Amino acid sequence: MTFPFLSVLILLPLFAGVVLLLLPAGKRGLIRSIALGVSLVTFVISVYLFAAYDKVAAGYQFVEQMQWLPALGISYHLGVDGFSLPLELLAGIVVLCGVMVSWKVEDRAREFFAFIMFLASSVFGVFASLDLFVLFFFFELAVFPKYLMIVMWGSPKTKEYGGMKLTLYLFLGSVVALVGVLAIYFSSGLHTFDLLALEQAGFGLAVQKLWFPFIFIGFGVLGGLFPFHSWAPDGHVAAPTAVSMLLAGVEMKVGAFAALRAGLMLLPDGMQFWAPAVLILATINVVYGAFIAMIQTDFKYVIGFSSVSHMGLVFIGFATLTPEGLTGAGLQMFSHGIMTALFFSVVGMVYDRAHTRNLAELGGLAKHMPLAMIGFVVGGLVSMGMPGFSGFVAEIPIYLGAWKTMPLVAIISAISIVVTAAYILLVVRRVFFGETPEPIRAGMSDISIMDKIVVVGLSLLMILIGLIPSLLVPMIQGGVSHILSLVGGA
Amino acid sequence: MTLTVAQMTLAIMPELLMIVLAGVLIVISIINRDKCKQVLGCITAGGMILAIVSAFLFAMPKAEPILMWGGMLRLDSVTFVFRLIFLFGAAVTAIFSCTEETIRCRPEFYMMLVFSTLGMSLMAASCDLIMLFLAIETASIPLYVMAGIKVKEEKSVEAGLKYFLFGGMSSAIMVYGFSLIYGFSGTTQLFDIAQGVIAQQVPLAGVVVAVVLVLAGFAFKISAAPFHFWAPDVYEGAPTSVTGFLSTASKAAGFAALIRVLMILFDANSAEVWQALIAALAVASMFTGNLVAIPQKNIKRLLAYSSIAQAGYILVGLTSHSTLGVSGAIYYLMAYLVTNLALFAIVGWIGRKTGSDSLAAYAGLSKRSPGLALAMLIGLLSLGGIPPFGGFFAKLLVFGAAVESGWAWLAIVGVINSVIGLYYYLRVLKIMYVDEPAENTPLKVKEPLWLIGLILCLVLVTVMGVVLAPWFGISNWAAIGF
Repeated sequence: MTFPFLSVLILLPLFAGVVLLLLPAGKRGLIRSIALGVSLVTFVISVYLFAAYDKVAAGYQFVEQMQWLPALGISYHLGVDGFSLPLELLAGIVVLCGVMVSWKVEDRAREFFAFIMFLASSVFGVFASLDLFVLFFFFELAVFPKYLMIVMWGSPKTKEYGGMKLTLYLFLGSVVALVGVLAIYFSSGLHTFDLLALEQAGFGLAVQKLWFPFIFIGFGVLGGLFPFHSWAPDGHVAAPTAVSMLLAGVEMKVGAFAALRAGLMLLPDGMQFWAPAVLILATINVVYGAFIAMIQTDFKYVIGFSSVSHMGLVFIGFATLTPEGLTGAGLQMFSHGIMTALFFSVVGMVYDRAHTRNLAELGGLAKHMPLAMIGFVVGGLVSMGMPGFSGFVAEIPIYLGAWKTMPLVAIISAISIVVTAAYILLVVRRVFFGETPEPIRAGMSDISIMDKIVVVGLSLLMILIGLIPSLLVPMIQGGVSHILSLVGGA
Repeated sequence: MTLTVAQMTLAIMPELLMIVLAGVLIVISIINRDKCKQVLGCITAGGMILAIVSAFLFAMPKAEPILMWGGMLRLDSVTFVFRLIFLFGAAVTAIFSCTEETIRCRPEFYMMLVFSTLGMSLMAASCDLIMLFLAIETASIPLYVMAGIKVKEEKSVEAGLKYFLFGGMSSAIMVYGFSLIYGFSGTTQLFDIAQGVIAQQVPLAGVVVAVVLVLAGFAFKISAAPFHFWAPDVYEGAPTSVTGFLSTASKAAGFAALIRVLMILFDANSAEVWQALIAALAVASMFTGNLVAIPQKNIKRLLAYSSIAQAGYILVGLTSHSTLGVSGAIYYLMAYLVTNLALFAIVGWIGRKTGSDSLAAYAGLSKRSPGLALAMLIGLLSLGGIPPFGGFFAKLLVFGAAVESGWAWLAIVGVINSVIGLYYYLRVLKIMYVDEPAENTPLKVKEPLWLIGLILCLVLVTVMGVVLAPWFGISNWAAIGF
């Protein structure tokens, strides 16, 4: 019996959340220390798993299995492969950063950190689940922390609208996916929710074609797939900084990942049948998201729409069903997760000082918070796909894959590279350079130590991946070859 | 296999104990009427627990279901499981009631509670139309009294009267249906009727008409649309602990009898008719309940409409006419029992402290009492079907059953309704966690007994969402027993 790393990774934050809720509200120092401690532990575990994964053997590792409800074939089955492990690492990093940038939260800190812990448990759980029921269980576990965190600590004007919209959109998506999941459970005739068994179930073509859209689009809503993306910018903008980071950085990957695991991997023929449709939707994501980001006047909305645009590339990668495309999608999920977490943390730092996110009212912040500026520029370069940064190694394979399957998609979505460069540079100039307008000058100060660690750490990571892609690529390729074996074998 | 009179008596031991309990309550109240405090509630709860113990000792079902008392009752897992549900619900209700000052010293209230539970227990067991009708009336008439027990409050009296009138009307319709069935088949024993239908001695058309009438009666008991009009007013006016009992145990009793009648007559080759009818009731209930709940400003009315919607989800399970569907429905009833008992306990408590049942009274509850806000959160999320709470798995089961038996569209209607439902549950959460309280005085719970009951319910809500196997085992066992 090996040590159950994955269970600890998932359940530790869950218990920590419950314990935090039971503590007296006054002990803010203790509460945030516990949250930081737990997120450090989960971070270390995710790094350890990442390092200890045997890339040569590939396949599912650190597997744990326990009966949960044998009568219906539900088991508590966990394991990670080359595709999901980088996402666990991403979650470990972003949760830690989320706790660090929230260090100064004062309003009901107990609930705040408890809900972050629940959210962490949910994302770790989804990435590690090898059972559809477990996946769904953890997927839905995130519903109430997300909602409450947005309406309790979100930006005053839009929090109620944004929070409700986000929650209902995502809940609708997930329950539609649930119907699809139940349908394939019963039509498999295997009486098991186990993903490994269902992968081999060999569903009939009619079943695959009928239920694929339910599952893929249902989960894809959380991935921000067009035309169901509109929760994302509204939700991200309404949310407090740490939640925006987790939402855009990790939760959107949860959606894409669930669509991959339950949609693409279980119903590969369905994926092939619907691939052109997904490619078209995702291309709209990429291009439309970038153009809309360009015309935003709110700093946070720019990043919100840029997430929609970048997640489109992930879906394009999926739908190409080529080794390049899928590997690129895996890299893009990781790279975009880090990048957007960095973006949102900087947006939060700016807002905390300027108390406005209107681009017209910002300016010259490079003088006051140079490190935040540098971090944002690094993120921007990743976002544009500049060589030497992680965005480049992620996007190039996606375009290659798209070129192989549908060249037009590659050509059209490449427009977004130019547009992205335009809006990123525009934002950098407006926010960080020029004169600092009088009204916001008074509140300026440099960012705190915690913030500095977050900004520097995330920036270095993106450069590291950009310079040494082999840290991630072989692992992801191992996962992708398994995915493609399902597609080819069907 | 038949049983001797002694064995049959043992098999209804819990029911006999309840009668004794009612007697004891009267005697005690004569001796010591003024200083009762929480004694009556404790005695009632203790008696219920005794009855539960006796059910395990004497009234365990045998391997094969057995008809007893001349075919009136059936000794099977259904009877057993539902009896436990009612007894548990009644015990918790008794505990919650003894913190309500207006009713805690009124022995007649607890007596009514005991008699009503007795009737419910018999409802789940009866296999004969006459017995069934008697059981339904035994369960209902005390409820009318309980709803109107606060005689000095106009709303309570109105609730009692309204409930009585609607209830009487629907009983009349149901009894008319029963009489038609008897007229066509010449017997009141359900299994004999089913045999007659299978042998085509009983005209199917006649049975269909009769069952439509009977269904109307049951739809009233379980507050399914379009027979739900009583529910919001009665829920609002009745003492809150009674509302909790009404919305859980009483609904479960209605479902027990409904499933019994349907499962016996279902097998008589006319499943499509019932299924279509039940599906129609389910769709109507889900949409009516959820959509009308949205604009509500009173928490009890909101929960009343939510309870109508919940009846709809349970009916989705019945529609599928499969073991999974029925066990899903029973799982749902169990999860719903503890969830709603907890919610109404809190609602009652807040109502007594703030003097208001309006949603506005909940503004800023998380600041005034973080614990109670958290308890409400657990209850509401369970109703909304969010893990790790019981309501989540229950919903998954009923929708799964619908998909399994080819009613995927009904499951889709169901999940869309879950989204609508979540909307107003979240709105209550928002009021508790975001809105500013009208006054900032902290609310402190000082009744340990009440707190124990509440915590017990909440723990069960969570356990039912996480430790699935034993609960599913129980509901499945009951589902096979029909």
